Amino acid sequence: MPQVANRPQYPTDHPSVPVRFAVGDRVRVRKTYPLGHIRTPYYIRGHAGVVERLCGNYPVPEELAQMRSGLPAQPLYRVRFLQREVWPDYAGRAEDVVEIEIFQHWLEPLSA
Amino acid sequence: MSDAAEDKGLGDYRPLSYFQLMEVSLRELLLEKGIVTDAQVQATLEDMRARGPEAGARVVARAWTDPGFKARLLENGTRACEEFGLDVPALRLVVVENTPQVHNVIVCTLCSCYPRMLLGLPPDWYKSGNYRSRVVREPRAVLAEFGLRVPDHVSLRVHDSTADMRYLVLPMRPAQTAGWGEAQLAQIVTRDCMIGVAVPKASDSL
Repeated sequence: MPQVANRPQYPTDHPSVPVRFAVGDRVRVRKTYPLGHIRTPYYIRGHAGVVERLCGNYPVPEELAQMRSGLPAQPLYRVRFLQREVWPDYAGRAEDVVEIEIFQHWLEPLSA
Repeated sequence: MSDAAEDKGLGDYRPLSYFQLMEVSLRELLLEKGIVTDAQVQATLEDMRARGPEAGARVVARAWTDPGFKARLLENGTRACEEFGLDVPALRLVVVENTPQVHNVIVCTLCSCYPRMLLGLPPDWYKSGNYRSRVVREPRAVLAEFGLRVPDHVSLRVHDSTADMRYLVLPMRPAQTAGWGEAQLAQIVTRDCMIGVAVPKASDSL
């Protein structure tokens, strides 16, 4: 394996905004359509799900795409959505899910 | 234009596509400005080409034979791979486990995020609009097209790799493989099994 210089490094201790959500919290993805480099898929905007796990804090991709630092970082979550709630005509089992990584600034709290 | 003529680099005057032109321009600018050297570009290409699904298969085979390793792999995929001696720079790995109740499949609907450090370059179909748009909304139909029929009593989890994490499916070990060693087990763990569009078969062993 050749030694590769300038490998991307992923520092883990980014200064970050406070974590708002915990595993099991119900959240809704913001239904908004800003321009730019967005890592929140269109198909999930406006849908409600449950936090499956916290992934750590990462620089904001919308900012990174503009050559800015993306700091303070945003917590990144894996959110679990029921397929039947995402696609009204979904033909599979009621338990089928799609799990998506979503940044905190794209999530709103939803009371249970 | 035949592939052979294209390989010789002769007589092919087709204009570059938009993205090819963008890649060439960006690469040449980075070299010109001294941000990267040609040797670094070549070394990175070599590094990517040297990677293939064998590394992922070894990880799966170890998880099948070592319950402690499997637990650590599911807890923190990156750390477990490093403990296993794999060089996985910049990889943040989430390993998802297939069980008799749950089948997992990986996609990146936004582009083509893929655990390259463990599986090498992604197959073309993984990057296709067809797979990326359909596997989220009709996963059972798409898997059936790959020849994988997920039984009705098994629920499906689609993992959309949208941000900083990368995913690997830990398939179920086939029942007929009792007593096999890690090397033999690794042979039946294909790339597609680790994406979740196939499952390992004992009959695939050499």
